[in-house]
Amino acid sequence: MSTDADLLDLAAGLFLLAAVAILWRRDVVAQTKWLIVQGAALTGIAVVLGADERHPELYAVAAGIGLLRAVVLPALVRRAIEARSEDRETAPLINIGASLLAAAALVLLAYAVTQPLVRLEATAAARALPVGFAVVLIGLLVLVTRRKALSQIVGFLLLDNGITAVAFLAAAGVPILVELGVSFDLLLAVLVLRVLTARLRAAFGSVDLDEMRELHD
Amino acid sequence: MNSMLLLTPIAAPLLAVLVYAGAGWRRATAHAGTAAAVLILAAGITLAVRVTRHGPLDTAGGWLRADPLAAFMLLGIGTIATIACAASPSYLATAGHGATSGSSRRYGLLVQCFLAAMSTAVLAGNLGLAWIAIEATTIVTAFLVGHAGTRAALEAAWKYTVLCSVGIALALLGLVLLYDAARHAGLTEADALNLPTLAAHARALDPAVVRMAAAFLLLGFGAKAGLAPLHAWLPDAHGQAPAPVSALMSGVLLPVAFSQILRIKTVVDTVVGVAFTRIMLLVLGLATLALAALLLVAQRDYKRMLAYSSMEHMGLIAVGAAIGTPLAITAILLHIAGHGLAKAVAFTASGHLYATEHTTRLDRVTGLARRNPALAAIFAAAILALLGFPPFSLFASELALARAGFAAHLGIAIAAALVLTLLAFASLARHTAAMLLGDGPPTPSPAPTANPASLSLASRTPLILGLATVAALGITAWPINTLLHLAAQAGH
Repeated sequence: MSTDADLLDLAAGLFLLAAVAILWRRDVVAQTKWLIVQGAALTGIAVVLGADERHPELYAVAAGIGLLRAVVLPALVRRAIEARSEDRETAPLINIGASLLAAAALVLLAYAVTQPLVRLEATAAARALPVGFAVVLIGLLVLVTRRKALSQIVGFLLLDNGITAVAFLAAAGVPILVELGVSFDLLLAVLVLRVLTARLRAAFGSVDLDEMRELHD
Repeated sequence: MNSMLLLTPIAAPLLAVLVYAGAGWRRATAHAGTAAAVLILAAGITLAVRVTRHGPLDTAGGWLRADPLAAFMLLGIGTIATIACAASPSYLATAGHGATSGSSRRYGLLVQCFLAAMSTAVLAGNLGLAWIAIEATTIVTAFLVGHAGTRAALEAAWKYTVLCSVGIALALLGLVLLYDAARHAGLTEADALNLPTLAAHARALDPAVVRMAAAFLLLGFGAKAGLAPLHAWLPDAHGQAPAPVSALMSGVLLPVAFSQILRIKTVVDTVVGVAFTRIMLLVLGLATLALAALLLVAQRDYKRMLAYSSMEHMGLIAVGAAIGTPLAITAILLHIAGHGLAKAVAFTASGHLYATEHTTRLDRVTGLARRNPALAAIFAAAILALLGFPPFSLFASELALARAGFAAHLGIAIAAALVLTLLAFASLARHTAAMLLGDGPPTPSPAPTANPASLSLASRTPLILGLATVAALGITAWPINTLLHLAAQAGH
């Protein structure tokens, strides 16, 4: 079982690393590559847990998660970039160094607030749980500090990957029916955002959110 | 029988979706949506009668469940959807923007999907299903908000989708944590998000984990209910969406999201005591009230004015939920009904207003009472109802709310809420008076005055009936009295 625990730690570490790398890279194309890595790490977490807890149906869920998070969603973001190259820069509100420092603080915060969850059971999965929380917080940081529409989609995907990781590490995933619904909703939400970016581009010429000043009080 | 009754409110709008998908939007099919809305209302009434007589009923292994709160919310969805759908054909015909047959068809499709999702959300016996349905409302309404296709509409749609998706994602994190706590309390995978089971096993749940889950759930569903801090989508989306959609979003979507908070609160309060949700809801509610009241002061757009008034009322409802006594919950449910109806009428009237005035700017609309008395009277009555004048039911519910608050020794919070409500009252009254009674346009523009009595009998009737219902509820709540009390016990 200890090799399983090591593998789980490895996958969780890669998962967090990908989130930090997304924060570090300014270029959205590079960010989508790290999204693929993160999706793969998430799939790894599901597979290890499936082997560990003898949940054969977790393998099926893992396959679905892998397809959606490591292939379909990053490809959707990628296609949006190819349509227009000047939206590649993420235009962060705070510089990269400060973002990385903030990420370090958020990881510490995640470890602090998840203590009650870790205490609930003493397994390797529960010990890795703060990592999922940290990715949720980093996703929120990306959403708040990046001004391009595409980076906001990336931030939203980070947030959602983090939540899925928490779901797996905490309780081997929510019921399959709910998991299916959640994944479907996520896919649709990203599709809606993609259609909206295309229309915004047609209307505004760019998808820099600072350009959106039509509505205010 | 039970399963048919529970499936009707979801199946009827889906059938209307098929009609629009197959036959498109034309004269014969324009009111298919209204028919679906009436069916939802009929199912709501039947369910309300059965639930008050025989107690809750469920079907599909507990995935769908009707308790008094669900029946009550369904009545609201049915009534307000009827008003909004009845007004849709004339709105699409007169509003001008994008009234091609393709966009009308898409409008019909999306509105019916929206109704089906909301019915599912209130009838869900499982928190996971409720979450999926509420997220689905975001997805289908995103394009409705951007229906006009202008820069402002697209910007509103973008903000709406991002903020609501993030909010609802936080709620999902809360659900995951709650599920974790339930699994460790020994519940099976299928039961762990089932509301009645959760409530029954509440004492076995880990308090620290439930507290965390509750914080995320309140913030997340609060975003969808228009509560601060994730409220910024609301004025933009309500301002830009087609008027009947604004009516649905304000009158039904906000309360449907809030009813999830009421359900979660029941479970959470049994585990960690009332103090936690009370403080959180008070902070969220008062912050929302304060923001809405301040931004109403210098409002320049009448649809945004109505949107901020919705935020004000949702803030008040959150404060009521914080009080949490049976009297307070009964009061907020009555408030939800009254506000939903009055706001639906106000938004629908604002659609007719836009059709004759071609602007949503407050300073461009003056002297309406002289130029279009019928519309002005309906708009004025709806605003009076929203301001809380008797005989409308909002007077009774606000009074009951204040009484419940003082009885629960939350005097300071209630006093703060009343001061903020008064500020919002003054702004709303001032803006509306200027619209209706102002001196009129300096140079009489030909277009608005060309057709002064443009409000046809068919468009007028649903609005007047809606206002009459609010007034009737204010005088006597007897038809829904038992249901209200039962629902308040469920949400308490």
